[in-house]
Amino acid sequence: MTNRFKTGYKIGVIILAIITAMALGAVILLAIGADVFKTYIVILTRPLMNKIGVTEVLLRMVPLSIIAIGITVAYRSGIINIGAEGQMAIGVLSTTAIALLFPNLPGYVLIPFAILAGAIGGAAWGFIPGFLKAKLQVSELLSTVMLNYIAAQLYTFLLRGPMLDPAEMTMGSGTPQSMRLSKNLDLTRFIKGTRIHTGLFIALALAVIIYFLLWKTSFGFKLRAAGASSKAARYGGINVPKYLIIAMMISGAFAGMAGSIEIAGVHRRAIEGVTSGYGFSGIVVALFGGLHPAGIVPAAFFFGLLIYGADMTQRIVGVPANMVQVLQGIIILVIVSTKMIINNPYLMQKVESRINSFRKKGSAQEETV
Amino acid sequence: MEITRKAIDSLRIEHITKRFPGVLACDDISLEIKKGEVLALVGENGAGKTTLMNILMGLYHPDEGSMFINGEKVHFRSPNDAFAYGIGMVHQQYMLVPNLTVLENIALGYKKAWNPLKLNLQMVRDRIDEISAHYGLSVDPDAYIWQLSVGEQQRVELVKTLCLGAEFLILDEPTSALTPQETDELIALLKKMSSELSIIFISHKLQEVKDLSSRVAILRHGKVVFQGNTIDHSSSDIAALMTGHEVNLPQNDAPACTLGPMLQIRNLKVKSDRGFLALDDLSLYVCKGEIVGLAGVSGNGQKELAEAINGLRKVESGEIVFDGVDIANFTPKQVIDCGMGYVPEERNTEGIVPSFSIKENLVLKDVESEKFSNRTFLKNSVIQKNGEDLRTQFDIRSPNIDIAAGSLSGGNIQKVILAREISRNPKFLVAVYPTRGLDMGAAEFIHKQLLQKRNEGVGILLISEELEEITNLSDQVAVIFKGKIQKVIPASEASRRRLGILMAGVEDDEQI
Repeated sequence: MTNRFKTGYKIGVIILAIITAMALGAVILLAIGADVFKTYIVILTRPLMNKIGVTEVLLRMVPLSIIAIGITVAYRSGIINIGAEGQMAIGVLSTTAIALLFPNLPGYVLIPFAILAGAIGGAAWGFIPGFLKAKLQVSELLSTVMLNYIAAQLYTFLLRGPMLDPAEMTMGSGTPQSMRLSKNLDLTRFIKGTRIHTGLFIALALAVIIYFLLWKTSFGFKLRAAGASSKAARYGGINVPKYLIIAMMISGAFAGMAGSIEIAGVHRRAIEGVTSGYGFSGIVVALFGGLHPAGIVPAAFFFGLLIYGADMTQRIVGVPANMVQVLQGIIILVIVSTKMIINNPYLMQKVESRINSFRKKGSAQEETV
Repeated sequence: MEITRKAIDSLRIEHITKRFPGVLACDDISLEIKKGEVLALVGENGAGKTTLMNILMGLYHPDEGSMFINGEKVHFRSPNDAFAYGIGMVHQQYMLVPNLTVLENIALGYKKAWNPLKLNLQMVRDRIDEISAHYGLSVDPDAYIWQLSVGEQQRVELVKTLCLGAEFLILDEPTSALTPQETDELIALLKKMSSELSIIFISHKLQEVKDLSSRVAILRHGKVVFQGNTIDHSSSDIAALMTGHEVNLPQNDAPACTLGPMLQIRNLKVKSDRGFLALDDLSLYVCKGEIVGLAGVSGNGQKELAEAINGLRKVESGEIVFDGVDIANFTPKQVIDCGMGYVPEERNTEGIVPSFSIKENLVLKDVESEKFSNRTFLKNSVIQKNGEDLRTQFDIRSPNIDIAAGSLSGGNIQKVILAREISRNPKFLVAVYPTRGLDMGAAEFIHKQLLQKRNEGVGILLISEELEEITNLSDQVAVIFKGKIQKVIPASEASRRRLGILMAGVEDDEQI
């Protein structure tokens, strides 16, 4: 079986998954009485019609892809990190704290410093479930979800209290957000008239780094071995708990960085709801991208498109943007099912032989003509 | 349902062909079995035996060919159809729920006892009594499965299959997990049953084939290469037909050790997973260039001993002195770095990372060594070459070294593990059931490798249940029973009978 066929087969299955998910989504759209065709057209094409649309999609792709890549590291080591939402919030808080404490540092110091702080904050939040899992076999599904709540409450507490914008206090509107952070923290918006910022390049660089880390280094080899079969890894002399904890910290650090970059590039202050479900969508992106950076980057773009497109449908067709969450749920279910198909070599061979016989027929016909 | 069903007088399959990705598992197979016959199906691993049986059971559908019962063409869409015709199978891995009783396990499949609201357990109990009285298969219906030994569990499987009305039995390597005594019992039992039933059994062990079967069919590469009456052919004839060449399992005939100690275990105490002492004051001594065979019924502490030596299980007390260093409670990594090699019992899940490629598995223990990586990055070309070399050297049969190791057959997986362990040049090797379930060709190869290492001065602890393997290879035979070494005797004095008695926990009497 050629590699070319295998890749083509996988892509084919993914496209099939998208179509199936859209068909199932159509049922729900019909149920709420929406124009199915128009809704999908708006979601999938409208954002790509102009410069602003494309950059807004890219803007959403940045945190999605960073988080999804972090989740991939955890997943490959055998932990399912559902806590990216909380880790991202902690990352935002850490970056905000640094920016509030050292507003006068020059940008080339403050930006790396603040992003690093975000990474450390997220890593610390990821360390807790990693440690609990490695040492006490606490299910990460429970611990990460619970830590999401704690992070969310901590976030609200700090934004309503110590980090609250002084201007809000005097004006008395009390919107829970921090003050406009130091301009030195701003990531450059490199296309005039849009919000797209240099975080995009950071996201792409991180994807490349993780690809090398996981597949080209001995560290990544051990991490993946620990995740693929902890028993065999232990037998092979690999300290499995250590790799679980490290992977979870990397995963948390990525979610934290996603938060830092989001406020340094887009919001420029810590606002309520900054995480806006990226932590959960990141899981879908990671799975959809085949837990590989090369798949995650396009997958993140696709989901950025869905999220931004959904905002537009609300305005144009009157379909609630929440429909995208419904679609995401459906896509997860479809992916889990299609994975079974992808992993069935028997079916794969059947398809291959069909295609081959089809091709032969085609060429035979040509010859007779 | 068995009242309305006609008895199976004959079962015939014609031109069965089954393809899997990259493999032709069954290639135009035709066989016939009549009532009261015992057909032994022998062949190397991957010859297609299990696939063929799964087709008979309706688990797989043949790509070509057809099946006839009493001359009538049948088509099984699922195992239920096969059951309905009275065909039952005992799989290699027992399909029992450990925390249910025997009665409950059998009731699971006994649909007649399923009333809408209540399970008629009394009905199942009566049926079990009837079957066990009829065939002389004694089982305690109220025992929990986890309390039973492997041999007893197998009896439960047999009773279960018979209770469901099977009169055509398929047994997939029925003796692979049994002790010698249990094996003899089973063979005698099956022999008795064969007067009323038809039996197909799959086996690697030619002695059983000779003892039990009336006819034998040999599969090689998915083809029937030979069929005939068992009486007309000797074991070595069958072995030769099976592998396609004459097989002589190598024997250890080198002089005993003179090179001094390599592994000394003193008063070792180790707990099992359930928390009781699995090894209780165990002491054992292995020289350089010596093979010590550890014989025993599985579950007497073999697994715990192997794990304790390799740092995978906590040592409560005692010493494991390896080449002068006490390695008790070292981490697995430290033990590996001391020069220990380990062929684990569970080759599919522990010995390899199933989803990793062959070449990756071959460097599982060495990715950080200078040979295969610089400080951070893997040297992919070296790993590739290492894989190619070992594949040739150890005759690992696979289209390439990039496919997942978990997709290989058992024998080839074991070759991958052995290739890795041996190529690391260990000072000592712990080999647990190294040839369990492997065909003669692969076993021969592995035995040769072990003997060669022994002659190079490597000490080997060979844990096995195959007495023949132990007596052929070992210098000394140690018998383990309930976590203690019952006795250590030179291999030359270790008769099958004597070992069997020691393994059963009876104190040795030289006069026996």
